[in-house]
This record gives sequence, C-alpha cells and structure tokens, in this order.
Amino acid sequence: MTATDALIKCLEMEGVTHVFGYPGVAICPFYDSILNSSIKTILVRQEQNAAHEASGYARVTGKAGVAVVTSGPGATNLITGIATAFADSIPLVCITGQVNSELMGSDVFQEADISGACESFVKYSYIVRDPNEIPRIIKEAFYIATSGRKGPVLIDLPIDVQMAEIRKFSYPEEANIRTYKPTVEGHAVQIRKVLRALKNARRPIICAGGGVHLSGAKEEVRRFVEENEIPLVCTMMGLGTLPTDHPLFYGMVGNNGQVYGNRAMNDADVVLMVGARVADRSITQPDLITENKVLVHIDVDPAEIGKNAGPTIPLVGDIKNIFEHFNQKVIEADYTDWIDRLDGYKDDGMNARTRTVYGDEDDGNPDTVAPSFFIRELSRAMKKDAVYVADVGQNQMWSCANVRIREGRFLTSGGMGTMGYAVPAALGAKIGAPDKQVVAVCGDGGFQMTMMELATLKQYDVHVKIVVLHNGVLGLVRQYQHFTYKDRFSVINLDGSPDLEKLSAAYGIPYLRISDEADMLDKIDAFLATDETMLLEVMVDPNSLA
Amino acid sequence: MKENIKVFQILVDNTSGVLSRISGLFTRRGYNIESISAGVTADPRITRITIKTSGDDDIMEQIEKQVGKLLDVRDIHELKPEESVFRELAMIKVRATASQRENVIALAGIFRGNIIDVSSESLMIEVTGNSGKIDAFIKLLSGYEILELARTGVAGLGRGTKNVIYID
Repeated sequence: MTATDALIKCLEMEGVTHVFGYPGVAICPFYDSILNSSIKTILVRQEQNAAHEASGYARVTGKAGVAVVTSGPGATNLITGIATAFADSIPLVCITGQVNSELMGSDVFQEADISGACESFVKYSYIVRDPNEIPRIIKEAFYIATSGRKGPVLIDLPIDVQMAEIRKFSYPEEANIRTYKPTVEGHAVQIRKVLRALKNARRPIICAGGGVHLSGAKEEVRRFVEENEIPLVCTMMGLGTLPTDHPLFYGMVGNNGQVYGNRAMNDADVVLMVGARVADRSITQPDLITENKVLVHIDVDPAEIGKNAGPTIPLVGDIKNIFEHFNQKVIEADYTDWIDRLDGYKDDGMNARTRTVYGDEDDGNPDTVAPSFFIRELSRAMKKDAVYVADVGQNQMWSCANVRIREGRFLTSGGMGTMGYAVPAALGAKIGAPDKQVVAVCGDGGFQMTMMELATLKQYDVHVKIVVLHNGVLGLVRQYQHFTYKDRFSVINLDGSPDLEKLSAAYGIPYLRISDEADMLDKIDAFLATDETMLLEVMVDPNSLA
Repeated sequence: MKENIKVFQILVDNTSGVLSRISGLFTRRGYNIESISAGVTADPRITRITIKTSGDDDIMEQIEKQVGKLLDVRDIHELKPEESVFRELAMIKVRATASQRENVIALAGIFRGNIIDVSSESLMIEVTGNSGKIDAFIKLLSGYEILELARTGVAGLGRGTKNVIYID
C-alpha cells in the first residue's frame, strides 16, 4: 500500500465525501490513488476557490472541508482561501503537494515554503517526513480543525513521501495530542455567576457571533432567548441565530449594523458576548461595552476573552454545552420594560429608513433598482431554509441590512473580507447541502474575481443561484472615496467588464436581468422558480450607498 | 498602563519549527522580546524556552494566552522573581596588555568570573549571574576596550519543588 493509498483511506474513515482541488506533478500520487476511492473530486478553476469551496462545504455540513493542491504556485494560490477560513474559524484540512523531501530548501522547480508562508493563519501545520506517520497526522489534523476554536490545518506532503510504501496501515481511533486539550465544558461556578448576573439585570442583551453557528448551538441559544425573553443582537457572522422577523431580534451591531441594534448594546446593563470576538467592525469602542455594565464573554478560545475588552465574567467553553446548562432552569426576571424600550428604538429605526430621500423602494433612477428593496424581496422569495451567501463590498452591507433569514443560513467572509468568496463558497455549500436552495449575491467586482467557477458549476452540475449587483464600479471603495476624499474617485471603474448575458450563454447558463422595480418581483420569481443554475444581473445605480 | 518586565518559562514539544512559531508570534503581534534562550530539558522530547519580555498587564495576559494556544506548547507560566532563580552567561573579550592583565583578572575575581582564554593582547572572561550583575560587570570594564561580547539571554527555574511541571 502506498502512502497516498493510506491517506485516501484515512480521508474515507473521516467521512470525507468531496475533495476540492487542482492537480500538479507534486500531488499526482494523491490524485492517482483517489481514482480507487468513492470520494468525489471537484476540479476548481483556480486554487483559491478550492479553499473557499471547502469553506462553504464546511459551514453547511459542520465537517472539515478538504482542499488538495500541488506545490509552489498551487499552494500559494490557496493562501488567500486559508487566511479567509482562519479569520472566520472555519475548519479546513488543506493538503499541498511538495517537492521531493531531499530537495526541499534548494529552490527547485515549483517549490514554495508553504507551511512557513501560512504559519500565522493556520491553526496548525505539518510537513510530513515519514510516510508511516500519515494516519496519525490525518487523525490529528481533522481533530484540530474541528475542535475547540475551529480553523484550517495545513499538511505539506513531499512527493517522495506520497509514493513511499507503508508497511502496516492502521487508523487511530482518536487523536491524542498532549499539548492540545480544548475546554468544552463551561466552568460551573462561572455559569452560575452569569445566571445570577442575568437575574439581577434590568436591561440584558445577548450579542451572538459566528461561534454560535460553529458550535451548532442555534437551537440552544434560541431556546434560552425565548424562554427567558432576553433580547438578542448579533454580529455579521452571527446573522441567522434568530430569524430576522423574530420579536426578540434587534438587528446587527457595528458600524454597518442597525442603529437600534447599537443603541440596544449601549443601553444594556448586562451584555453577553457569545462566540464573538469583540472585533473592530462590531464593537468600535470596546471601552464602551465595559463601562457601567457587566460584560460576560463566552468563547471557546480563552485568548479571545479580554483581548479587546476586559470582561467582568469570563466563561470559556463550547457555546452549545454552556447554553444546555443555561437552559436547565428559567431565570426569574422580568425584562418587559426593557423590551418595550427596544421595540421603540426598532420602530424609530424602521421609520427613519422609509424617510430616506427616495423612500425605501425606489432609487429614483428609471434604469436601476434600489438594492435594499431587491435584497429584501429576493430573500423573502427564497426558500425558508435557503443558504444565502453574500460576497464582500456594498452587496454585503445591503445583504446584512436587508436579508430576511428564517431557518436558513447567511454565509459571508467576515473577518478577512475576501472579495470573490460568494460564488465558490455557494458551490461548496450546495455540494454539502444538495437539498437546500443556495443563492450567491455578489457585486460586479467580486464576481469577476472568481467567475471562472461557473465552469466548475457546469462541469459537476451543481445548481447555484447567482445574483450580480451591477453598478459598474467598486461600490464600497467608491462610497469611501465619496465621503473621505470628497468624490475624488480613484481606480474604481470596472469599464471593460464582460456582457454577463453573453458570458452566461458562453457557459450555457440561463440569464435574467432586472433594471426596473416594475417587473422586479416577477423576475425574482422566475429566477427562483427552477432548481437550475442561473445568473441574475441586477442593475444598481453607482450612487446608491450602503 | 504600567510597563513591566516578566520572564516566561515555556515548555514545548521538540518539533521542527517550534522556536520560529513562538518568535514569529511575538513579532507579528508586536510583543517585545528582551531576551530569549532555548535548550533541551532532561526529557529529550521537551525544550525549555525562557523569554524575557516587557509590556503592560493586558499584553502580558495576551502573551500567556496566545503562546499557550500554540499547539506545540505544553506549558507557559511566569517565573516570578521572588520564587525563581535567573542566570545569564556572558563571555567578554577585553584588550589587555601584560601591564593591564592583573587589574582585569582582579575585577573578574570580584564577580566570580573565570578567565577562559588569554593571548598577548587580550583576555576572555566568563561570568554568570542575573542580568543586573552582568550589566554591572560590563560597566566596570568600561575603562578597557571590549573587543567582543556574547550574552546568552536569561535562563531561569522556579525555586523548590512547588512549581515543577511534570511531563507524562
């Protein structure tokens, strides 16, 4: 048995169903061995997308996504995808081919020190020197990627190690890493302290982050919120913890969030940060959330607690585990007055929005539609449990503010803000959850960064709904230059972009276009009516601000 | 916030690249390294790294957490001055002619330094102690020309058996 035969066997035993990647000489032994396996291979059109697709797959399945590419440029192309996954704590196992181990360090053809290059944004990395170590390393890699604070693990695999014969294969039952024992169980004393703080609170608020989804704790958090009637806001990564129209949901916080969400945070006397990093985009002034309040910080990563804001009550552990403890008893408290006040804020916010210059449902331009109106209607027409993947830029801001989430998921690149994430991540999500409707929403800038994946969608008959909000500019940069540089616009025109109707035709993908509010709803219905891949181009005025 | 100086003892698995993982973490997160020393322990699987660092309390807490999070790290804790012994080794080569030699040797003697190399124009002195003692010795030698100087950085151990980390 060769080392790569053994490696494939390990992947099978980890329940891997799909490998996203791109072959090259240095990873050919792997791609030869996988021919004998039931694991399906997806040939991406650029390696960055392999990591994004694995990321989309991981986020809907809860399993680690697997990306396998060759050495040198294959490996370095993967880097942006790895960093994107690391920033959002997405579990990936990335395997890169490497040159012959005896030649490593001598700058031979297609050699790159990928483990060195990725050091600061992988959870751990291995350079495999001994083929007999492969079973242990694979077992550890999947365990590290999917436990504690999740994240990408890199395995660099020299070609001679791949081709070596393995004498005896056995796959370890479990990973036993002496230096790695993540805390899952919340500390009983701290849990009691939190419950006591909530009991004494008059204006409590829960701020849910991406950790809620990563821990698979949506149900537990929702139950806790409903049974105790505690209002909830979320960060961008936490969207979907509660349905958008849930009466106890008070929007997204941060500089791109709702005003009423931020007011709720500021006025609260007890704040529970749950699986959120207290990052700069959500909490612009960390000092404010510790001032005159009890800050409870719940996170599986102890290093996040106290990094940006010193909590009154730190609580390390898995969110699902902790909320199961929380849910054992109902808190004896009444927050009705507080909820009334927040409802007032929410009404004010809703009214303020309809008072904008063109109102809520018209952008004042006959050839374009109001993006916020479009997003609201699109997400309303989507299936209840659909997966909505937002790209990065104005489209992301419009999405966050207007998407209606019910039982589905909202995926986006939050921490890294990687343009071009949506199409490949949607592809991976659809492969991970084939029964779900998956919709990618991008701008015309981000779309062009990864539109080569249309070929991958076509090749593997993966059905994803793609929306391109077309304003002909890099909208969020333009908006920034509008405010900060007083309309001195620089390098934001996307002149030369392809005709998307012709592009869709070239890929054999049906195409629709919306340029007027009048037939918008009909077109949205037509777009979502079938299961097939379709591209919907939505014309947006470049002056529309997010 | 108050700047303080702390010495951390880090026990790590002897994997390839572990020292660069730790020093890289200090660089990219902007933590100071005043000195760093590393060497294998009685257990060949384990390396002891001693890092002397400075920063405010928040940074100290983050150093402990972020280093502790690295997968090769078995243990990190502060070596508190009152509960620990620190040593540093310095090798100092000074220009010393035959007439100056006696004086330099006498100074070295006061600091319990050893003469470990002699040539017609120079002396090499080995001195160990805490950083303050070595600083003081170097200062005393300022009247002479120091040709070359090598310092190891701080190594330290906790006193007694209270803080011993047992590795299974």
